[in-house]
Amino acid sequence: MSRRLFVTALCALALATPALAQSGEVNVYSYREHKLIQPLLDAFTKDTGIKVNVISASSGLEQRIKTEGANSPADVLLTVDIARLQDAVDAGITQPIKSSVLEKAVAPQYRDPAGNWYGLTMRARVVYAAKERVPQNAITYEELSDPKWKGKICIRSGQHMYNNALFAAYLAKHGEAKTEEWLRGIKANLAQKPSGGDREVARDIAAGKCDIGLGNTYYWALMNDKEADRKPWAAATKVILPTFQGGGTHVNLSGVVLAKHAPNKGTAIKLIEWLVGEHAQQMYADMNYEYPLLSEIKVNPTIASYGTLKADPLPLAEIAKNKKAAANLVDKVGFDN
Amino acid sequence: MAFAERANNAPGTARRSRVWTPFDLIAGALLVLVAALVVIPLANLARIALSAESDIWPDLAAYVIPEALRVTVLLLAGVAALTAIVGTGSAWLVTAYRFPGRDALSWMLALPLAFPTYIVAYVYVDFFDAFGPVQNVLHALTGWTPGASSWYPNIRSLPGAIFVFSFVLYPYVFLAARAMFQTQSAALFEVARTLGATRFMLARHVALPLARPALAVGLSLALMETLNDIGASEYLGVRTLTLSIFTTWLNRSSLPGAAQIACVMLIVVAALIALERHGRRDRRFHLVLRRSQPPAPIVLTGWGGALVCVLCALPVLIGFALPALTLAHEVFTRGLISGFDPDLVRHTLSTILLAAAATIAALVLGFGAVIAARLIRKPWTDSALMLASLGYAVPGTVLALALLSPLVAADEALNAFSRGLMGISIGLVVAGSGAAIVIAYVVRFLAIATGSAQAGLARVSTHVDDAARTLGETPGRVMRLIHIPLARPAIGGAALLVFVDCLKELPATLLLRPLNVETLSTYIYQFATRGNFEDGALAALLIVAAGIVPVIRMARYSDLALMPEGAPQ
Repeated sequence: MSRRLFVTALCALALATPALAQSGEVNVYSYREHKLIQPLLDAFTKDTGIKVNVISASSGLEQRIKTEGANSPADVLLTVDIARLQDAVDAGITQPIKSSVLEKAVAPQYRDPAGNWYGLTMRARVVYAAKERVPQNAITYEELSDPKWKGKICIRSGQHMYNNALFAAYLAKHGEAKTEEWLRGIKANLAQKPSGGDREVARDIAAGKCDIGLGNTYYWALMNDKEADRKPWAAATKVILPTFQGGGTHVNLSGVVLAKHAPNKGTAIKLIEWLVGEHAQQMYADMNYEYPLLSEIKVNPTIASYGTLKADPLPLAEIAKNKKAAANLVDKVGFDN
Repeated sequence: MAFAERANNAPGTARRSRVWTPFDLIAGALLVLVAALVVIPLANLARIALSAESDIWPDLAAYVIPEALRVTVLLLAGVAALTAIVGTGSAWLVTAYRFPGRDALSWMLALPLAFPTYIVAYVYVDFFDAFGPVQNVLHALTGWTPGASSWYPNIRSLPGAIFVFSFVLYPYVFLAARAMFQTQSAALFEVARTLGATRFMLARHVALPLARPALAVGLSLALMETLNDIGASEYLGVRTLTLSIFTTWLNRSSLPGAAQIACVMLIVVAALIALERHGRRDRRFHLVLRRSQPPAPIVLTGWGGALVCVLCALPVLIGFALPALTLAHEVFTRGLISGFDPDLVRHTLSTILLAAAATIAALVLGFGAVIAARLIRKPWTDSALMLASLGYAVPGTVLALALLSPLVAADEALNAFSRGLMGISIGLVVAGSGAAIVIAYVVRFLAIATGSAQAGLARVSTHVDDAARTLGETPGRVMRLIHIPLARPAIGGAALLVFVDCLKELPATLLLRPLNVETLSTYIYQFATRGNFEDGALAALLIVAAGIVPVIRMARYSDLALMPEGAPQ
C-alpha cells in the first residue's frame, strides 16, 4: 500500500515539478550585452522573486525562436535595434501585449500600434568631431556628403546595424536616388575604408586621421566617464547632435517583444512592465548612458551635456521598412570596399 | 546503400564474393550515419538557398559577391603564402639545425594555436593603432606621431588581416611540415648531397616536394579557419564571403540570400580541394626506403645560431607571447582578478565539458568510420568519408543555421514519440540542450578525426588485416589488437587538435547554446561586440590556458595527426 502511495506521490511530484518551477521563471533571449543586462535582471529577481534564464547572442535569435516553433522555451526577446523588432514581428514569433502599464509608460511613436513590440530605451546616432579642428557646433546629416569634408570622415561598416538604420531613415526621407548620391558623397569623403567600431572613430579622430565621424551617444560617454585608457580619445573629440534638414536627430530603440509561444507569459509580461518602470529605467540611464523612455527619469549628466535631444519625428517603423533597400544601396555604391 | 552494394557483389561478378557479416552491416551503418551527419545540414542549406525570395540574387551577384570573392581570394592567397613561409621555414630550421633554444622553440612554435584569431586581431589593432604602444614608443624615440601619415602601416586592412591570420594559424603548417621533415630519410639527402646539391637546393628540391602532402593538409586547415572567421575580418574591415553571409542575413533579413552566398563559398572550397588533389594526382609520396634515419642536424653556434634562434622566436613572439602579455597586462590594469567574476569558473567548466564530449564523439565516429571503410573496402566508402570531411569547410554560423531545423525536427519526432508513449511533451531535448553544440562541433571537426585516422592507418597495410582475419580473428579483435594500437599516435594528435578547436569555436556555439550556458568564447564575445574586449582578457587567457597543455603535447608528438594519407613510412 504505502509503496503504491509513494509511487503515486513521486509521479505527481514529477509532473508538478516543471509546473512549479515554471511559475516563477522567465526565459529571456537577449541581444543586449550580458554585462549590462545582468544587473537589471538581477534587480528584477530581487524585486519580484522571479528567476530569469538568459541566452545572449549578437545575431540569429529570431531565427532560432522561429525554428524552435511551438516548443521554444523563449518568453521574451530583447533587441538593440528597431529593425530587429520588426524582423521578429515579420518572422511571426511575437504576440501582441495589451497592458495599460506599458501604454502609459511608452509614448505611441516608440511602440508598435498593434502592441507586438515596445521600445525600452533610446540612443542617438551622432557626430564625433575633433575639438580643435572642427569649429562648428551644429551639423546636418545631409552635410556629411559635402565635399568640404573630403578625406575627413571616419566611419564603421556601412552594413553595421547602427549605420544601416540611419541610412534607412535617410532613405525614408529623401528617396532612393538622393540617398545613393548622399552615400557616394560620404564614401568620397572617407579618410579610410570603413572598419573598427564606434570607439575607433573617436580614436582615429584623436589621432588626426580624420576630423568627424559617426557614433552612438553612449560610446563617447563611456569612454569619457568610465574607460581611463580611452579617456584621451573622448578628450580630443566633442559630440554634436546632428539633425536632418527640417527634422531632428536620428534615434534608434532598444526594445522588447513577447514570444508567440511563451511558456511563461505571465512572468514575461511582469518583466516587460518592470523594464519600463522607474527602477529599470534609472539603471538604463545611469549604467549604460541611454535615453530612458519614461519621461520622469533624467538622462545622465554626460549625455545631457551634448545638448537637448530633439528626436526625429519619422516613425521608427518606417526605418525598419527601408533597411533592406539601405543595405542594397551600401553594397551598390561599394561603401565598404 | 549497403544493400545495393551487396547486390552488386553477388556471386558471378568478377570480384571476390563476400558474405555480409553483422560486422559489415554495423560498419556500413556507421559510415552512412557519419556521412549523414554532414550531408543533412548541407542539404538543408541547399534547400534554404533554393527557397523563394530569389529577388535578392541579382543584387548579390552584381554588388556583393564579386567584391567579397575578390577579397576572400586575396586573403586566402596571402594567408596561404605567409603561413607556408613561416610554417615550413620554422619547421625546416628546427629540424635541420641545432641552435641555442632550439628544443624549447620546437614546441613553442605551436603555441599560437591556443589563441582564437579574433582576440589576436583586437590585440594588434590596439598595439599598432594610434595611442598604442608602438606609436607611443615611436613618439618617445623620435618625437614624431604617425597620426594620419600614409606610410605607417594600417593594421585595419587586408594586409593587416593577412598578418594577423597568418601568425595565429601558421602552427597548422608548422606541425605538419615538421612531422614530415622529421620522418624524411637521410639517405635521400645524402644522395642529393653526393650529387652536389647545396643546403638550399636540398630544401627546395628534396625536402619541400616531399613535404608537399603535409603542407597541403596544414594549409587547408589554416585556410578553412580563415574562412570560418567573422570577428577578426569584421573588425579589420575585410569584407569576406563569410562576412557577407552574415550581413545579408541580418540587414536584408534574407536567410535564403545568406544560404546562396554560403553555397558559393562551398563551391570555392570544393574547388580548392579539387585543385589540390589534381595537383598531386600522379605523384606517389611513399618512400621505398625502410628504416629511414632522419638526416643529422647541422650544429650552429655563434652568430649563425643566434640569427636562427631569433628567426624562430619571432613567430612565437608575434603569434603568442605579445598577445598573451597584452592580455595579462589588461587583466591586471582592469583588476579582473580582484574583481573576479565567479561565473567564469562555471563557463570554464562548460567549455571544457562541451569540448571534451565533442572530441570523444568526433574521434569515435571518425575512427569508427575509417576502420569501417577498411572493413568494407568498396568505392562508395571513400565517397562517404569524403562527405564526412566536408563539414570543416562550412563556417560555424552557416553550419548552426543549417543544423537548427534538423535538430528541431529530431526533437519533434522525440516529442511525438514521448507523447504517444507517456502522454507528456519533453520539450527541446536536442536543439535546446548542449547536445546541439556537441553535434555542431562534431560535424565541423569530424574531418580532423577522419583525416588523422586515414593517415594513421594508411601505414598499416590491409594485408595485415587479411592475415589476421585468415588466422581467425574477428573484425572487432582486429580493430582492438591492430588498428587502434597502430593508430594511437594519430588518435592522440587528432584528439588534441579537435579539443583545442572546440575550445575556440565561437559562431556555432553562439547560436546553438542553451539557456544560461556560456563558453569562454561566447563570454569574451559579449565584451568584444561592444568594443570592450579587454574586459574579457581573463577569459581569453583561460581559453589559452585550457588549450596550452594539449598544444604542447601535440607539439611534442613528432608523429603527428596532421600527416596525410601516403605519408612516408
